[in-house]
Formats: sequence, C-alpha cells, structure tokens
Amino acid sequence: MAVLRRGAEAELVEAKWLGREAIIKRRVPKGYRHPDLDSRIRSQRTKNESRLMLEVRNIGVDIPVIYDIDVYNAEITMERVFGPRIKDLLNALPDEEDRSVARKIGEITALLHSNDFVHGDLTTSNMLMRDDGVICMIDFSLGEKTDSVEKKGVDLHLLFEAFRSAHYMREELLDDVIDAYRKGNPDADEVIERVRAIEKRGRYT
Amino acid sequence: MICLGIEGTAHTAGVGIVDGEGKVLANIIKMIGGEVKGIHPREAANHHVKNLPGMIDKALEEAGIAPEDLDLIAFSQGPGLGPCLRTAATAARATALSIGIPIVGVNHCVAHLEIGRVVTECEDPVLLYASGGNTQIIAFAGGRYRVFGETLDIGIGNLLDKFGREMGFEFPSGPEIEKLAKKGNELLDLPYSVKGMDVAFSGVLTAALQLRKKGASIEELCFSIQENCFGMLVEVTERAMAHVEKEEVLLGGGVVQNRRLQEMVEIMSKERGAKMFVPPGRLCVDNGAMIAWTGVLMHRNGVHFNIEDTKVNQRFRTDDVDVVWRR
Repeated sequence: MAVLRRGAEAELVEAKWLGREAIIKRRVPKGYRHPDLDSRIRSQRTKNESRLMLEVRNIGVDIPVIYDIDVYNAEITMERVFGPRIKDLLNALPDEEDRSVARKIGEITALLHSNDFVHGDLTTSNMLMRDDGVICMIDFSLGEKTDSVEKKGVDLHLLFEAFRSAHYMREELLDDVIDAYRKGNPDADEVIERVRAIEKRGRYT
Repeated sequence: MICLGIEGTAHTAGVGIVDGEGKVLANIIKMIGGEVKGIHPREAANHHVKNLPGMIDKALEEAGIAPEDLDLIAFSQGPGLGPCLRTAATAARATALSIGIPIVGVNHCVAHLEIGRVVTECEDPVLLYASGGNTQIIAFAGGRYRVFGETLDIGIGNLLDKFGREMGFEFPSGPEIEKLAKKGNELLDLPYSVKGMDVAFSGVLTAALQLRKKGASIEELCFSIQENCFGMLVEVTERAMAHVEKEEVLLGGGVVQNRRLQEMVEIMSKERGAKMFVPPGRLCVDNGAMIAWTGVLMHRNGVHFNIEDTKVNQRFRTDDVDVVWRR
C-alpha cells in the first residue's frame, strides 16, 4: 500500500475495499504527545470528520463515499476519486468552461454556508472534478458545523486567496464565484463584508 | 557598528549591546518578580524607570565602551503594555539625543526571531514564540514575517502564571510548574483546543482550577497542563511548518526554556526530518540584545526614524514590519 500524500496530521494510503479502489486517511500517532492524549485526539477527529462528511452529503454536497470508519486506529476508508484537482484544471480550461467551474464552486460554498457548515480549508486543492462534471469536496479535517460569520468569512477568504495566488491569470473568475455565492446564500452580504475586515487584519494567509 | 537596545514591553527591563556581526557585548536583564502576583502595568513601568538608567551604565561598562562609541540606539516600540513601552522609549530618546546618534523602533516579536537566527545560525525558520503575553507561530513569507498561528485568548505563559498564582507559586510560575510536573504521571482530562493553526488556553485554566477543587493533586495538574498545552503548541508549529514548507524550527520567548517543551519540539522535528534551534536562555527571554541586533539590521538597510516616528504602538503587529533586510 503506497502512501499517496503525507500532511502534518494524516497520511493518505492507497487501498482496496471489497475490490474497489479506495483511499485510507490515517491520522498518524505523534511521538511528542502523551500517548493517551494522542489516541484520544486522533479518534475524536476521525469521528468528527466522518460525521461532518456525512452531514454535508445530506445537504447535497458531493464527497467521496465513506466505506469504513475505524475510530480506534483513526482511519477513514473512502472512495478514491480519480478526477483532477480544480487547482490544476482551472488555468487549463477554455474560458467558458472555466467560468462554469467557478460558478459551481460559488454554489457549493453557498450551499455549505447557508446550512451552517464551514469547510476550514477551502482551496481549489481540496476540490476534485468527477467525470460527469460534479465537483467533489475533500478534506474536511478542519471543518465544523457553525453559524459563525467570522468562520464563514475565513472560509471564503481562503477561497479568494487561492484564486488570487494560484489562478492569478484569471482573477475575473472570482467575480463568477462571488456572484454564484450571493445567489446561493441569503446571508452572503454579511459574510463578504466580513471577508473585507479579515483581509484588513492581514492574518490568515 | 555598535548598537544599544532597550527592551521594555512588559515585566522585563533589558539593556543590550551588540556589534555589527550580532556578537552580544552586554545583556543586562531585570525582571519584576518574586513577591508580585502578576504584572501591574504602572508598577512594571516604575520598575523600569528605576532600573533602566543604571542598567545602561552597567551595559556600557560590561561592553567596555564609552557612550560615544555607540552608533545607534534601538528600542522596543511594541507590542506591549503602554506605560512600559513609553518608559523604554523615553530612555531610548534621551540616550540617543544626548549622544547625538540615530534611533530606531523595533518590533518585539520580530526581534525574538532575528536574535535567534543570528545566534543559532538557522536560515529561514518557523518561530515558535511562546511567552507570557505572546504565543505565535511566525514565518517569513512574501517579504514579511507572518503570523501563521496564534493564541485566540491568552498567552501560554499567562496561563501558567494564572494557574501558578492560584496555587500560591511565585511569579513567573513556569519553573515551579515544570519542577512539580516531573512528579506527576497521570494525565487528567483538560480541553485540547486547536482550531486550524490557532490555539486557545483560557478553557484549560478554568478546567484545571475546577479539577483542583475536586481534589486533583498539584503535581498531576502541572503534568497534565504541560502535556496538554505543549502538545497543542507543537501541533500548530508542525502544521505551520508543513504549510510553509520549511525545515527549521526556532524557539523563542520565556516559556521555551521549559525542557519538556523543548523535548517535544525536538521529537516533532525528528519525526518530520526537520531541525530545531534553541538560543541561549538569556536571549530567549525578553532582552535588550535582541532589540539592539534588529536595530542594526534595520539601520543598515536604510530604515531611518525621526523623533516623531518613535511613538510607541501597543498593538504593533508582526506583519506590519517591512522586512527590508531580507529582500
């Protein structure tokens, strides 16, 4: 089983689940932390993340199908989505398709926020394009259920930043994202207002 | 180039002298402590007023130089407690004007990082800055020192001091807590509050005091506070390192003198193939040498202050500093 990616907290391992292509997200033990504390945190976060994934699925956000949850070993086994990352896709597509992807991103974000979910790391690296054009959202490890305008603002700010840095050649796409977000979230103005305040603080990069 | 730096952001008055290579020629530190039960801004400022003039003389004597040998005066312009900052700034202005040499105002947090870089010879580290008032994870990105993680409420040292005060320890309480923690081994349940790259400590204090009321031993509490809160700090430090893709971690601030915290950062560094750097204790705590050295870097790169620019800034943000010396 090959390790596909290693983050600060977890690693993604290639796997099979009942013959299907799967991925195991494993939160690795940290040697610096007291063992009891370490296993408690890893279990808790595994539970929270899988619960959140199932909840956002219920409101219509596409996520990898969860096959198995092993709270004790802090592992989530899920469908392996093969589509490209939106990050790599955006600058490569023709204009019109790009704009429709940008609108979809705005719609998904609005769907999450209007149902009081925040993703926590809302960048185009955490969005995959399925064959049928649906955007699949991954990595909910920093997400939570909350109605906090501040947290939604930070979410949106991260998304804007991703567009400004990774997709700087197509910054007008941001207007499509914002437009779709406004249509999908009745409280959009308040959140966008907050993004401006967050940007002034210049902290979350 | 010889620079004298004056530190006075909180409980510590510091006067340091460094040369153009970052060699520390003198580093006098005086901190309120012992009987006091925390920092009263006015009393801390009075402490600095009483001590700074004598400390400046002593620093010059230790460095073996006359006031005329100085080329520059640097002072801690912020962030910190208003009365303390104003006292240090006044001392700096008076010294600079009387000798007739330039003056620069230095960001205290950036100074912790710069002195660490020069004495440990790390290149481009992520700084875990853990002290009484400040708890930040700082790294260089896009021409500035940016805060990637920080406390959402109180500093880690502030948590230790508040807990210590309730237990009747002296101020600062970190050393006593570290000593007692060695006798504890049962991990009590405290809130582990990490939000992305940020941490929060106030809930830990409340929970610890409640456990104490219910009869938990002081040793177990000290042990659990350290394990829990240092775990949080190391986790966000690792996150920041992964995020900015840097392989060096530098420690700064009074709390990083704690051996257990150092040990935890070391394990984390080893596990991810990174390297840890710890400056000597007297350069980790608030000190004048770090202010002096950062002043040298600024001055050399054309930063020029008029007396009107030396107004203190209690909320001086780390990322407000234009890091001209690293361009």
